[in-house]
Amino acid sequence: MHWAPPVSFPCPSERKENALLLSLKSLTKTYRTGDKALVSVSLDIPKGQVVALIGPSGAGKSTLIRCINRLVEPTEGQVLLDSVDITELSSSGLRRERRRMGMIFQEYALVERLTVMENVLSGRLGYVGFWRSFLRKYPQSDVDEAFRLLDRVGLLAMADKRADELSGGQRQRVGICRALIQNPSLLLVDEPTASLDPKTSRQIMRLICELCEERGLAAIINIHDVALAQMFVQRVIGLQSGSVRFDGPPTALTPDVLTEIYGEEDWQATIRKDDEEDAEAAVA
Amino acid sequence: MPVEQIADGRKVWQKRNRREQLTHWASWFAGVAVFVYCWQQISESTTWFFVWDAPRIAGDILTRATPPKWFYINELWEPIWDTLNIATLGTLLALCLAVPTAFLAARNTTPSTMIIRPIALLIIVSTRSINSLIWALLLIAIIGPGVFAGVLAIAIRSIGFCAKLLYEAIEEIDQKQVEAITATGASRWQVMAYGIVPQIMPAFAGVAVFRWDINIRESTVLGLVGAGGIGLQLSASLNVLAWPQVSLILIVILLAVILSEWVSAKVRGAII
Amino acid sequence: MTTALDTRLGQPWRKPPFIKRVWLRWSVAAGAVLYLIAAIASIEVNWSRVYEGLDRGAAFIMSFTRPDFISRAGDIWDGMLESLIMTVAASVVGILISIPIGLGAARNIAPLPVYLVCRSIVALSRALQEIIVAILLVAIFGFGPLAGFLTLSFATIGFLSKLLAEDIEAMDRVQAEAIRATGAGWMQWINYGVQPQVMPRLIGLSMYRVDINFRESAILGLVGAGGIGATLNTAFDRYEFDTAAAILMLIIGIVMVLEYLSGIIRARVQ
Repeated sequence: MHWAPPVSFPCPSERKENALLLSLKSLTKTYRTGDKALVSVSLDIPKGQVVALIGPSGAGKSTLIRCINRLVEPTEGQVLLDSVDITELSSSGLRRERRRMGMIFQEYALVERLTVMENVLSGRLGYVGFWRSFLRKYPQSDVDEAFRLLDRVGLLAMADKRADELSGGQRQRVGICRALIQNPSLLLVDEPTASLDPKTSRQIMRLICELCEERGLAAIINIHDVALAQMFVQRVIGLQSGSVRFDGPPTALTPDVLTEIYGEEDWQATIRKDDEEDAEAAVA
Repeated sequence: MPVEQIADGRKVWQKRNRREQLTHWASWFAGVAVFVYCWQQISESTTWFFVWDAPRIAGDILTRATPPKWFYINELWEPIWDTLNIATLGTLLALCLAVPTAFLAARNTTPSTMIIRPIALLIIVSTRSINSLIWALLLIAIIGPGVFAGVLAIAIRSIGFCAKLLYEAIEEIDQKQVEAITATGASRWQVMAYGIVPQIMPAFAGVAVFRWDINIRESTVLGLVGAGGIGLQLSASLNVLAWPQVSLILIVILLAVILSEWVSAKVRGAII
Repeated sequence: MTTALDTRLGQPWRKPPFIKRVWLRWSVAAGAVLYLIAAIASIEVNWSRVYEGLDRGAAFIMSFTRPDFISRAGDIWDGMLESLIMTVAASVVGILISIPIGLGAARNIAPLPVYLVCRSIVALSRALQEIIVAILLVAIFGFGPLAGFLTLSFATIGFLSKLLAEDIEAMDRVQAEAIRATGAGWMQWINYGVQPQVMPRLIGLSMYRVDINFRESAILGLVGAGGIGATLNTAFDRYEFDTAAAILMLIIGIVMVLEYLSGIIRARVQ
């Protein structure tokens, strides 16, 4: 056998509770141009499970994530979060449910001209009224939680720096804090490592998975780096042309499967080869 | 295309092919013809006798205007204060009105592209197209002469200018930051306060200072039509041909303009 | 790390202020408030006069629904034509003159004496308000469009030369040096090394200036320098708001057409 099954990094450990958290029922998105981004996608995600979403660019990964919190309006189908149908909600109901879904973005999407602290606290916007947020008068409990989170990701000293003074890895940590302070039960993560170097990418992925573990969060992580995904998650979903082509544990990702998702290519190089990378990961 | 083969088979390189060359020359010809026509019209309605006499008249005015009547400055302090107020209050008022207009006009923040956006754009283009002196004329006809009319004239003229630059800045913001704030469950107003406003702050400050500088210049002449400020003294002095006073006023205006340009350059440097 | 956290937990958090020094922050704020109070207090508003004026204001706004192009059609037509003529002639002459002056005002291609002369022309033209120049020129050359034409040309020079000079100073040195390295003469160097780099922006700015010149030409008539302004002034003086509305609508319409045209031209040259 020329392909060694990857040693799964034990991210959130095997959990007993398998209660359903998120359920997508034949979710479809057709853009106004007629492009079909998602074709009847159905998925179930239990509480606390970390899922990687892989697939070529344009496969609909980003659209799928954005349909869940309706940054993109789905055309058809249902999104059930704890049996609440997100697609049916009015705008105030939607805002309430969005608080339960923290989102982490490609290229961080921090508000560059605000301080780190303001960026983190902006995760509480769904909980505080307009004037409180406008005057930056957040409840002390929110401020304390922001300090705790910043301390957890090692950025407490940066609290009053402006976001555009930070490095890429630091900004993504702030993005993670902003998502976590929402006190979510689900994380939607869109290409968290796309603009980071390989070492920082691993650190960020590990941080996200550790935090999910600590807080028992489920997460859907869009990621194009298959090896990185295999390293950290318990379940991989392969998307191609808007529909699910693979759904299983990372160990089941064979070259055949990857060919089905990405098209013909030599996959030996992509799939993690041996232990040297593990050693590297341990050091990093 | 520009390489052509002529009869004996040689290839010739030209910058344009024949059709392009023809239209090129035709448009130049049309342009020159229009200019010549315009010049003729101007020339017809000019009394050339005065023009030939102009150097003498200019010299005459210059000798009358020098030296400036320096102690007249004591009567100018109040008009200078009024001029400054017209520009500053006019700019502030304009900004208050320009911000909502800009949000209504920007494609990504307008509540409706079919009705409200065209109205906002119409406000922008119509206030921008008409000079503050004309606004002053109009306001004086409506509410009477005075500093108040000047403030309003400056404010109205500046709405379109500021709103245009602001709405262009709003349309250029990074949409991902807005998306991120929306995803936290923020309300419409919170998205605006956290996702959009911080991004357009530099543009806003730049526009405000830039327009204030322009408004200082414009408010110096509003008095010519009776809308207060130092222009009133200028027009009064011109009417009685008090050239030494005119020259002093012109020096004061020049200094004010240079000073305001210096201030606005400093402030812009400090903000950006 | 945890001790740092402990000291901050339970502490209130405030956004760091824009101006760090406390006394400076307070004096700036207090100064601004005092100025505003003084400024607003010094404006005398005759509210009863304003109240009476509201009817006229409403009448003026209503007159936009029935603009009167007819009763003074002759005056409007002549004034508009004169404004357009002044705009075109002044733009052509102004642009032609501002090119050599712009070249002279660019420090990286002009020798120092030329630079200083050109810069002072630019500074003078920018510091003098159009309407003041027009007053002086009317006094010197007499009433009529010639004074307006000269005013607009002079203003165009200040505007375009400055921006052109800044553009040339910011251009890519390497391209210009490559042309010089071929052994080109000064004129050739300008033609091949500099012109292609600044031409698109120059055309865009020229179109923008045409637009400004038209708008300015509408007020020059107030001081007797020709154009539609005189007709407009008369209309306001006689409270003929219908005619005034018609003129204003024409001005807005022409400005919109000019903006549209300049948009097309700018898109084509870039």
